[in-house]
Amino acid sequence: MTAVPDSAERPAPPLSPEGYLVEMRDISVSFGGVHAVNEVSINLRPGEVLGLVGGNGAGKSTLMKVLSGAQIPDSGDILIGGQVATIHNPRDARSYGIECIYQTLALADNLDASANVFLGRELVQRTGVLDDAAMEDATRRLMKRLNPRFQNFRSAVESLSGGQRQSVAIARAIQFNATILIMDEPTAALGPAETAQVRDLIRQLKTEGLGIFLISHDIHDVFDLADRISVMYHGRIVDTLDKDKVTTDEVLGMIILGKKPGEVTREELDAFRIAG
Amino acid sequence: MSEAVTPTPTPSIGDRLRQLPQAGGALARTADVDTRLIGLVAALAIIWIGFNIATGGSFLTARNLWNLSVQSASIAIMATGMVLVIVSRNIDLSVGSMLGFIGYTMAMAQTAWFPDGLGLGLGHPAIWILTVILGLVLGLAVGLLQGFVIAYGFIPSFIVTLGGLLVWRGLIFQYAQGQTIAPLDTTFRLLGGGPQGSLGEWGSWAVGIIATVVVVTGLFLLRRRRAKYGFQIRPIWATVVLGVIAAVVILGAVWVVNAYPWPENLANQYAQQNGIEVPPGGLVIPTGIAFPVLITIGVAIVMTHLAERRRFGRNVYAIGGNPQAAELSGINTKRSVMLVFGVMGLLAGVSAIVQTARLNAAVTGLGVTNELDVISAAVIGGTSFLGGIGTIPGAVLGAVVMQSLRSGMVQMRVDSPTQDIVVGIVLVAAVGFDAWLRRRST
Ligand SMILES: Nc1ncnc2c1ncn2[C@@H]1O[C@H](COP(=O)(O)OP(=O)(O)O)[C@@H](O)[C@H]1O
Ligand SMILES: [Mg+2]
Repeated sequence: MTAVPDSAERPAPPLSPEGYLVEMRDISVSFGGVHAVNEVSINLRPGEVLGLVGGNGAGKSTLMKVLSGAQIPDSGDILIGGQVATIHNPRDARSYGIECIYQTLALADNLDASANVFLGRELVQRTGVLDDAAMEDATRRLMKRLNPRFQNFRSAVESLSGGQRQSVAIARAIQFNATILIMDEPTAALGPAETAQVRDLIRQLKTEGLGIFLISHDIHDVFDLADRISVMYHGRIVDTLDKDKVTTDEVLGMIILGKKPGEVTREELDAFRIAG
Repeated sequence: MSEAVTPTPTPSIGDRLRQLPQAGGALARTADVDTRLIGLVAALAIIWIGFNIATGGSFLTARNLWNLSVQSASIAIMATGMVLVIVSRNIDLSVGSMLGFIGYTMAMAQTAWFPDGLGLGLGHPAIWILTVILGLVLGLAVGLLQGFVIAYGFIPSFIVTLGGLLVWRGLIFQYAQGQTIAPLDTTFRLLGGGPQGSLGEWGSWAVGIIATVVVVTGLFLLRRRRAKYGFQIRPIWATVVLGVIAAVVILGAVWVVNAYPWPENLANQYAQQNGIEVPPGGLVIPTGIAFPVLITIGVAIVMTHLAERRRFGRNVYAIGGNPQAAELSGINTKRSVMLVFGVMGLLAGVSAIVQTARLNAAVTGLGVTNELDVISAAVIGGTSFLGGIGTIPGAVLGAVVMQSLRSGMVQMRVDSPTQDIVVGIVLVAAVGFDAWLRRRST
């Protein structure tokens, strides 16, 4: 646990022979009778943003919780760098370089920015005493990169704006050399300017070689940022497509109808056109 | 506020307006001190001055303040632990019964088990040490047991400690059959205070001077550390003023307790035993800091360190602020909660030592309703039941506020039920006022 890593220092993560950072294979999760995630397979390369879209309750968050260790799957495998990974809790996930920014911000409102950034991984001096100054210093440097206007280092995050809080959450995710970043609706609570800021940030992290799963309701966000788009419908993946090979209409159709563009009937398409 | 390396954006009018309710705290903010704590000190000052006027000047005397310090000790010690319990979104209703159970066990140990069972004989110098160790270990064990059931058994702490309240009290009656155990070991008794159970003049000055040096050095070290990183630091005047205030308060307190002399008969007895000639007007022996007060100060320092400067404390505050976030960030929340209750039990053990030693006896009613005083002290001291908020110094001050109210009312010959009514109203009003301030400042 050292201070802020510069992108140059980041060690190259291990990849599978096919060049994947992470592969999730045949993952299933059910809650009672509900198949929230049903035999889903998905993968991610370094420097890639994979947009994960789908209607409410499609299973996007649950799938990502499996990867971040917050949800144990009923079946399926996770491979990191081609090796089977055992992820039973968030701590395990972190040891594989997986960091998650949750839909509901997982910040401790009563603590300040640096305490949140280092939550659960506090820096200590040799005596075991918390090194608050070092943590604040690291947080300041990180914030200079993420959100240069951020100044409220000593107030509880509860008094910060949505965008500021999101920067704290992101700072926390990338502080410890993450190679795989999960962002669940990172702009949902933000205004336009703050959204633009988060988008810039995602682009920057991408150039630094992180693999990013981006869940978003905003189809423009996804088309703007993602390299590939996976559409989920009722716990299954409808299809995963290169962004350049689909249109927003086609993706919307997949989200709403749960079928690949070629499989949609004329009637369904007309109904969709009228409804849309 | 000009020492920041990074430029500070000018606050908007809205920001300024929002800060207005804390206008009184603006100066405090510049000096970077806790406004809530200042409010508590102000409340205490009002109470003290008010009672002093109402009692015709008998409240602010060395004798009364010395007594107040000793009377507040036991509740203050446990209140520091209750802060962490409440901060972690839990409650401990069993502290009074734990105290009784531990105190009773210690009394039996030092009067029967160790002297007879181990064959040390009454008055053996090892007895008090063994008893203290027993009390602390027992407290820790009982606390950890309750914490284990709460954290790993998924039973709410309210229920578990309500059970504990009944169980530990019941156990006293099981092995005591309602009997009082007295007197206690003569050395052990000193831990309860009294003229002999105090540091005396020079010991007290030594403690006061060491404390002053430590506090002032600490203030400047913190400054240097923050300056090294180029952070915003307190203006130098604020550090100096804080240092001076700390020195005046610490040394002033020592001066006050040293101004309280031993009672005349004790002093004369002491003079006789040591062959000192009693001067005309009587021998004046300054009492100094009582041992229970010294213990309280030590506990408060250790607990503050634990709460603010250690991972354990940081994690407990995180759990209180957002349990889900704490869990997701990899904090072992169950273990932390169990340890919080372990610490609470340990402190109940410390208070049991102080209370039994002071009483020079263990009675079956030892510690009854202490949980209410302890929780009240923490809450008056600014601990929030919403979790995540509360300070150790606040709780200690809260205990002193409560004890001041009670002791002042006793001097004004207010009967006990009326005292309860007043303390009850003050408790609710303090929390209401605190919540009101919080709402206005956000
Ligand atoms: N902890 C849970 N307990 C029971 N059902 C859940 C739980 N989490 C999610 N679900 C259900 O699983 C399905 C998928 O939810 P979710 O993954 O949150 O969808 P999305 O993020 O795509 O909106 C929904 O039907 C939801 O109600
Ligand atoms: Mg979701």
